[in-house]
Amino acid sequence: MAQLIWNGLFVGSFYALVALGYSMVYGIIKLLNFAHGDLYMLGAFSGFAMLGALGGFVPSTSLLSLFVVLVMTMLATGLGGVALERVAYRPLRGAPRLSLLITAVGASFALEYGVRIVAGPNPRVYPVRLDGTAVEVLGAKITVQQLVLMVIAAGLMVALNALVTRSRQGRAMRAIALDPKACLLMGVNVDAVISRTFFIGSALAGAAGVMSGAYYGKIDFLMGFIIGLKAFTAAVIGGIGNMKGTMLGGLVLGLLESFGTDWLGGQWRDVFAFGFLILFLTVRPTGLLGERVTERV
Amino acid sequence: MESRRLGWAGLMTALLAPFVIATPYAMNVMTSAVIFVMLAVGLNIVVGYCGLLDLGFAAFLAVGAYTGGVLATELKVPLLATVPVVIVVTVVAGVVIGGPTLRLRSDYLAIVTLGFGEIIRIVASNLDMTGGPSGIYGIPGLFGDTLSDPVVFYYTAVLIVSVAVLFAARLGRSRIGRAWRFVREDEDAAEASGIHTYRVKLAAYVAGAVWGGLAGVLFAGQLSAISPASFTFLQSALVLMAVVLGGMGSTPGVVVGAVVISLLPELLRGLADYRYFVFGVLLIVVMLLRPQGLWPHRSREPGYTAARSTPGAPGAPAKEEE
Repeated sequence: MAQLIWNGLFVGSFYALVALGYSMVYGIIKLLNFAHGDLYMLGAFSGFAMLGALGGFVPSTSLLSLFVVLVMTMLATGLGGVALERVAYRPLRGAPRLSLLITAVGASFALEYGVRIVAGPNPRVYPVRLDGTAVEVLGAKITVQQLVLMVIAAGLMVALNALVTRSRQGRAMRAIALDPKACLLMGVNVDAVISRTFFIGSALAGAAGVMSGAYYGKIDFLMGFIIGLKAFTAAVIGGIGNMKGTMLGGLVLGLLESFGTDWLGGQWRDVFAFGFLILFLTVRPTGLLGERVTERV
Repeated sequence: MESRRLGWAGLMTALLAPFVIATPYAMNVMTSAVIFVMLAVGLNIVVGYCGLLDLGFAAFLAVGAYTGGVLATELKVPLLATVPVVIVVTVVAGVVIGGPTLRLRSDYLAIVTLGFGEIIRIVASNLDMTGGPSGIYGIPGLFGDTLSDPVVFYYTAVLIVSVAVLFAARLGRSRIGRAWRFVREDEDAAEASGIHTYRVKLAAYVAGAVWGGLAGVLFAGQLSAISPASFTFLQSALVLMAVVLGGMGSTPGVVVGAVVISLLPELLRGLADYRYFVFGVLLIVVMLLRPQGLWPHRSREPGYTAARSTPGAPGAPAKEEE
């Protein structure tokens, strides 16, 4: 029981980290960034490449070098996200939502198969593997590495929350989410703020990618698809566009999956998650912490 | 009518093609293209006419193929005999998934349909009835085992698909088709002018499901073996690509788009590794440069309706903007 809860929270914190980027972008420009999961994949691969390059200099890759790689990857995927927004999404601002979504699907394909061309179709094994001895806490086996990863995830989320609620930048983001046109009139550089939002969201996804690569040890070019779906599910459960709700949704989804796997078996895990999403949307379309959206005609 | 002449020209090309080249490989490719046209026309009802982005369309292909396949192998009946059951099952599937989700707005719907596609695929690879990951094999042909000549199959497929295309096009010009386009252009305005948007959207979704299911039966008949690997997101995305490339809502465009999408990989065999990358980039480029697709739908409706209705009659359908 305690083990199930712990596993759920651990996986859930990954989901939450990826879901935040989804939620931020959705909150600010109402775009489902379909390629978000692939930025996570991109993060895992660029982390892989950097660790490989580092391995030439440092013989034993430690937790510290992993941390350096994490930061560098966040920068790289963040820039990737900004580039994506610039090329694929910005020219279509103001176009029908459908064409934007289709562009996002195209971007997702281009990223997946672009990485496939560069890195090859076979799964890669991460050079570092975080897999340590377990400590028993309340009947659950917890490894130090799991704890470290969760602390990093939690730290990133706390930092993001502070950024959004406290800083000038965060205020601009929230203002654009409310009314982009009015922001433009009030002298907010809307394009720049949207770019930065993409940067932050993609950087978080990249961080999650490196962390999961280091933890699970195996990466492949299609790994972003399913986690993108899961992250979206998490964001919807918590209330898309709402930071705290999204984090909560990630944890809830992780717990649900952990228990679902225990009851039904691993092969039904995804069915369980998506089935729950459909069920949940019919009952509460705005999520746990989302407020009701009034449609203006 | 220009489009009618075009339709005949397309049908003649399809009918004459086996006289030009009839190697088993070519017949196989052409049959696949015809089935793909069926799929694209079905998705066009959902995405093109009604503006509901469905990212899990392969689910209905799977539902149709599995229903037909299981019935045909269990009861030893020809595939064509399973068609009524397939239609019923796909309608049920369409209502079950569309019922709760069509109240949602476009992007939620997109993800939910994507999740639905995954659910169907995972369920198919985990159930005993569907043969698990290895799928079902030894499915008898459309008319039973006796007639399994690829040329006969091809002509049957062409016949069925042309009827389906014609029917879809006529559906698009009918009263409900106009309602679909109105919902696509402005859902709130449609609701305000008395269209029951939910029911109209559900109708589009179910119609798309039936087209997809019938394509599934043809698919099962062509390959005589099906497995969950045929119904991935990739398949859904390719069908969507055909619809977008051709021009959403335009029947000739979508047919051309489907033929291009299904033949292109065969023509570009050398580029195999770059294929899907090119697809992705192409989707973006088409959306950026030609958001309406290569062969967009041109509305001739205001003139068309004006010719039929008495001038100045009240209650004439709202003018459609393209």
